[in-house]
Amino acid sequence: MRGLISLLSGGLFGLGLLVSGMTDTTRVQGWLDIFGAWDPTLAFVLGGAILPMAVAWRVAARRAAPLVGGAFPPPPSGGITPRLAIGSLIFGAGWGLAGLCPGPAFASLSFGGWEGLAFAAAMLAGMLLAVPAKRIGRVAA
Amino acid sequence: MIETSYVYGLLGGLMIGCAAAMLLLGNGRIMGASGIIGGLVDGSARGDWQGPALFIAGLIAAPWLAILVTGLAADTNATSNPVVLVAAGLLVGLGARLANGCTSGHGVCGISRLSMRGIGATVLYLLAGGVTVALFRHVLGVI
Repeated sequence: MRGLISLLSGGLFGLGLLVSGMTDTTRVQGWLDIFGAWDPTLAFVLGGAILPMAVAWRVAARRAAPLVGGAFPPPPSGGITPRLAIGSLIFGAGWGLAGLCPGPAFASLSFGGWEGLAFAAAMLAGMLLAVPAKRIGRVAA
Repeated sequence: MIETSYVYGLLGGLMIGCAAAMLLLGNGRIMGASGIIGGLVDGSARGDWQGPALFIAGLIAAPWLAILVTGLAADTNATSNPVVLVAAGLLVGLGARLANGCTSGHGVCGISRLSMRGIGATVLYLLAGGVTVALFRHVLGVI
């Protein structure tokens, strides 16, 4: 049952990314291009996605456990740390450069051509680089 | 004037939010793409690899099936500059894992629970994305 929910959630996420235009890099870069032909579409995507999720968090707060067992995630902790800030700035720079983020990069793998594969491969390498980078950060701090 | 892309954006956004709600209320998991993918890649998901693997399978297969069934064309319109693609991919992967989240985890799941970390991350990556597009498109003319 857990597996089925994961599969269906991933599938619906992928369809939503496709329908919303998040897999189209011109839309994403158009949204970030405030000095050019600004495209507000992504505000509708984010707004549309936050609505059902805000309801879900309220429902989760009144339930003891998820439907198929386990536990709900703990409240966010740690506040805005230097690592969160630096990571978000690095992530945003890459997002602006290519117009792809992790979800859409995978959702578009079947039709994104070699460009999509190259981006996804580099993204996985970047994720692996984060492991030693976190260690260096801990030593420095 | 309402553009059709706004309607599709809202519809697709609602689907994304429902997918996240399903994963939270069903499995108790936060739908963060970089966390789900990264946990598998660096092994930090440990024993719980089946859920992430199936989520990723659905994420890749559903758009492929939808395009196959409807016959509609889809294109990422991504740059063909290999240096830009690789540099951007490295930054996205590294940054999202350092920040413990990306657009889905911090943006959708974080903002919807009014998490300061989610809101702070979203403000910063939007800022960095805006500056990057301004610089590389309007100043350097690379993208």
